[in-house]
Amino acid sequence: MWQAIRRWFDPRELRSVGRTPDYRFSLANERTFLAWLRTGLALVAGGLAAAQFLPPLPLAHLREVIAVALLLLGGTVAVRAVDHWARTERAIRLGEELPASRFPALLALAVGLGALLLVAAVLIRALGGP
Amino acid sequence: MNGGPEPPSGDRPARNPGLQAERTRLAWRRTALALTVIMVLTVRLAFTGPRAGDVVGASAAGVAVLGWGAALAVCRRRVTGTGPLPGQGRALPLVALATVGFALLGTLLAASGLG
Repeated sequence: MWQAIRRWFDPRELRSVGRTPDYRFSLANERTFLAWLRTGLALVAGGLAAAQFLPPLPLAHLREVIAVALLLLGGTVAVRAVDHWARTERAIRLGEELPASRFPALLALAVGLGALLLVAAVLIRALGGP
Repeated sequence: MNGGPEPPSGDRPARNPGLQAERTRLAWRRTALALTVIMVLTVRLAFTGPRAGDVVGASAAGVAVLGWGAALAVCRRRVTGTGPLPGQGRALPLVALATVGFALLGTLLAASGLG
């Protein structure tokens, strides 16, 4: 794992394999990374907003749990973005298949499930409340 | 910060490298904008949230502003100049690191409300 992290931060290591690709592919890979990073930043922003703009919720600490879950999910997306970028760059240089990933599907499921849970919480409160 | 297309040279087919570099520059600028929003939200949480008025809140705000400045410097250095962009260097892992830092800082501030 430390080796992978060192590889992310060492541009020479990445350039040591394969051939330099058409720079357009590198730039497209970079833009994909930035799009993922902004996805992570949006999740972090959602967590920060939940922590300070939501009123205290009826379920104890639910607000803090939502905020921390979004913040940690955003951090995970950022780490995965840089890992996927490095593996894609390597595959492009070596002329291999691009790395496949289950992460987008998992993230979509997690966000969808979280939204459903919150809808359920809102409905229960609206229907069961005084 | 202007990536206009290069004039086609010789008898090579005219490609349009400028657009690629321009799109990448704009992507970096959007990312810098998102980082700014995050910094503002973090500073606001530090001064109004559960850590308002104590030393942890104030230090978190300071770290947020410093981290934001460093991340913006990285973004800026990546897209400076015209024409095709230079090598990526460490810019990508560094902005990812800044994002993780903001996530952890926010977690520290938000989770203080659990006590």
